[in-house]
Amino acid sequence: MPLLLRALGENVTNTVAVEVNNVYKVFGKRPRDVVKRLKAGATRNELSSQGTAAVIDASFEVRKGEIFVVMGLSGSGKSTLIRMLNGLLEPTSGSVAVYGSPVSGIPAKQLREVRRSKISMVFQHFALLPHRTVLDNAAYALEVQGVPVAERRERAQKVVSRVGLAGWENKLPGELSGGMQQRVGLARALAADTDVLLMDEAFSALDPLIRREMQEQLVDLQHELGKTIIFITHDLNEAMFLGDRIAVMRDGRVVQVGTPDEILTDPANDYVAQFVQDVDRARVLTAASVMEPARSVVSGSAGPRAALRSMRDLQTSAAFVVGNGRKLLGVVHDRDLLKHVKAGNPDLMAIVRNDPATVGPDQYLVDLFEPAAESQLPVAVVDDKGRLLGAIPRVTLLAALANVPTTTGENQVIETPATVAVEIITQTLRETAGLTDETEAPKVTTADEGSAAREGSLA
Amino acid sequence: MDFRLPVGQWVEGFVEILTDTLQPVFDVLRAIFLGLYDVVNLVLVSPPFWIIILAFAVLGFFAKGWKLAVGIVVGFGLIVAVDQWDNAMDSLSLVLVASVIAVLVSVPLGILGASSGTASRILRPILDFLQTMPAFVYLIPALILFRVGVVPGIVATILFALAPGVRLTELGIRGVDKEVVEAGHAFGSSPFRILRQIQLPLAMPSIMAGVNQVIMLSLSMVVIAGMVGAGGLGGDVVASLNRIDIGLGFEAGLSVVILAIVLDRLTASLGTRTKRISKTDVPAIAADAASVSQKDEQATARAPQGAPA
Ligand SMILES: Nc1ncnc2c1ncn2[C@@H]1O[C@H](COP(=O)(O)OP(=O)(O)OP(=O)(O)O)[C@@H](O)[C@H]1O
Ligand SMILES: [Mg+2]
Repeated sequence: MPLLLRALGENVTNTVAVEVNNVYKVFGKRPRDVVKRLKAGATRNELSSQGTAAVIDASFEVRKGEIFVVMGLSGSGKSTLIRMLNGLLEPTSGSVAVYGSPVSGIPAKQLREVRRSKISMVFQHFALLPHRTVLDNAAYALEVQGVPVAERRERAQKVVSRVGLAGWENKLPGELSGGMQQRVGLARALAADTDVLLMDEAFSALDPLIRREMQEQLVDLQHELGKTIIFITHDLNEAMFLGDRIAVMRDGRVVQVGTPDEILTDPANDYVAQFVQDVDRARVLTAASVMEPARSVVSGSAGPRAALRSMRDLQTSAAFVVGNGRKLLGVVHDRDLLKHVKAGNPDLMAIVRNDPATVGPDQYLVDLFEPAAESQLPVAVVDDKGRLLGAIPRVTLLAALANVPTTTGENQVIETPATVAVEIITQTLRETAGLTDETEAPKVTTADEGSAAREGSLA
Repeated sequence: MDFRLPVGQWVEGFVEILTDTLQPVFDVLRAIFLGLYDVVNLVLVSPPFWIIILAFAVLGFFAKGWKLAVGIVVGFGLIVAVDQWDNAMDSLSLVLVASVIAVLVSVPLGILGASSGTASRILRPILDFLQTMPAFVYLIPALILFRVGVVPGIVATILFALAPGVRLTELGIRGVDKEVVEAGHAFGSSPFRILRQIQLPLAMPSIMAGVNQVIMLSLSMVVIAGMVGAGGLGGDVVASLNRIDIGLGFEAGLSVVILAIVLDRLTASLGTRTKRISKTDVPAIAADAASVSQKDEQATARAPQGAPA
């Protein structure tokens, strides 16, 4: 299966693209009064007779290059919020700025300029001009910007090809399938060449397969072009798949902003927790978010006796061997080690096997099943420099998928049961005392007391 | 109780003030309407009847095909056969002038109504008034302001036929997909550009239905206009009424019906035609003529793989 590997937020920079400060939007006869009362502490429901508070006190920043997802149930105010970002709706109170230019409270002409140069939009029902061809639709934003015909056709042509619609330029939107129409919508927004892209449930009208395809294409495009995307959805899996960060809305309020992992593993309240309980966690959680400190670790520079001792203490049959800076060198097994110590061989590295199952920290859990199934040891999580960051025992993997806490505390279950009896090891160590290394290198293990349940009988 | 609201007197007084103060304005208007009518009438009446019939048949052919063309030849032939041709052309001139002016007034009013709720609320009762007030009633002040002849007929016709043009234009524009208009705004279009490139083209079928209605209502005014000396088919109908001449009345009436059907079929196809025009026009502008055919080939060749959806 294709790797769903995506370096989380690798495009994200520190520049603030969109800034939203204490924004309120109330529909109704006297919106300002409603905002005043909301600020004074009244609830949304108390004021429902005087107006609909669609967005209440929303504040967040979106960084350049980020995919920022706004998620919430129908009527939670997502569309209202996104429409304030490009001035289609004026906030009742609060301010919105795109790259430092205010979007709220400015004259119409200036607002049009901001829209032309900084922010474009993809719509739920495509919103194409039905009487214009695909190419002319894609060129629409450029036309509005005043780009000469020849140039805008050329630029639109490029974008149309990029979204996979080469050959369809002269068709009318009505002759295209839904998925293709939305590609035109995407092409139109991309051709505008603005940095910020607003997408209001852009894929909701598509069937699931096309939808997945579009999501993947969007991620590709985002990687390639580094756009800042604000994406609205009520589909949790979509949010988790696309979002570098997710804002969860409820009844007009932004209740939590965080990475998909944070939302999943550390929901701000019961509402968010309930919201996320149905998510396909295997495709959302990354190795880094579920891994635990690796416990059975021995230092490559320590001698075999030291290694054997720490393995006896941990009652494990195998251990990770790390070198300088916790660089993962391989795995040792207790039988090999025992023989080695008996033979009085001082070089631990001679018996280190170089076959541990490793994954990167950003890999999704769905990619961990295979290595976990094949490996005796927990799956090692290593960074791009090969350093051991942590380990994921099978129990932890299952617990993460089932969304149950993995901390059991008092129960020091071993990782992989020792295949050699403890007494034999102890005796061997006693017999060979003084023969080999006596320096008793301290074990490198950082076995946090009660950090996690260990893989016991399951192995 | 013999209290009575003297509305009639007020209106009379109002019209009197109008005649006193604005007579020069009405004289200019009269000259313009009369001039327009004369030009159109000259075009329709001076050539021999078969040229006009042929011209309409060709129009019908392009609008809807040969069936309408044949229908036009037969229908208009019938008008000639009952010796109502000149009258019919007079009436047609009046209808054309009145409907063109009515459309020129009603479409902008419809746009205004669609763009502002206040304008819409003000327009609505006025349109109700214009549409339901018995058409004869317009004739009386029109007679005073524009004197006997074809002009009061035209003015009364315009007033009577205005309403559906305004309503259907407003309805059409309001009915344009909100998201598409929003898309226009989102990409920074000015309201005028949105009107021109999005709202009007998308509202076109509805606007054309309005134009069709305006023309139909104008035709229905033809007979009434005959009462103020506008002549044409209406003149003969009125004359036959005075003389209880069943034959003449029927022949003139039948000619009105034929005109109505022909104009209806011709204009009813306008709404659907605009779509077809844009379809064929766009590829023509799409690229320099040389590469068009080559492009088409590529298009069909690549189509299957370009269709992942
Ligand atoms: N123009 C409007 N006038 C009055 N109320 C409105 C208007 N637009 C939205 N609302 C109300 O504001 C609330 C939020 O609506 P909004 O469209 O932002 O929700 P949403 O999260 O986008 O929902 P959905 O998922 O259904 O699109 C709703 O209660 C809605 O009825
Ligand atoms: Mg919405």
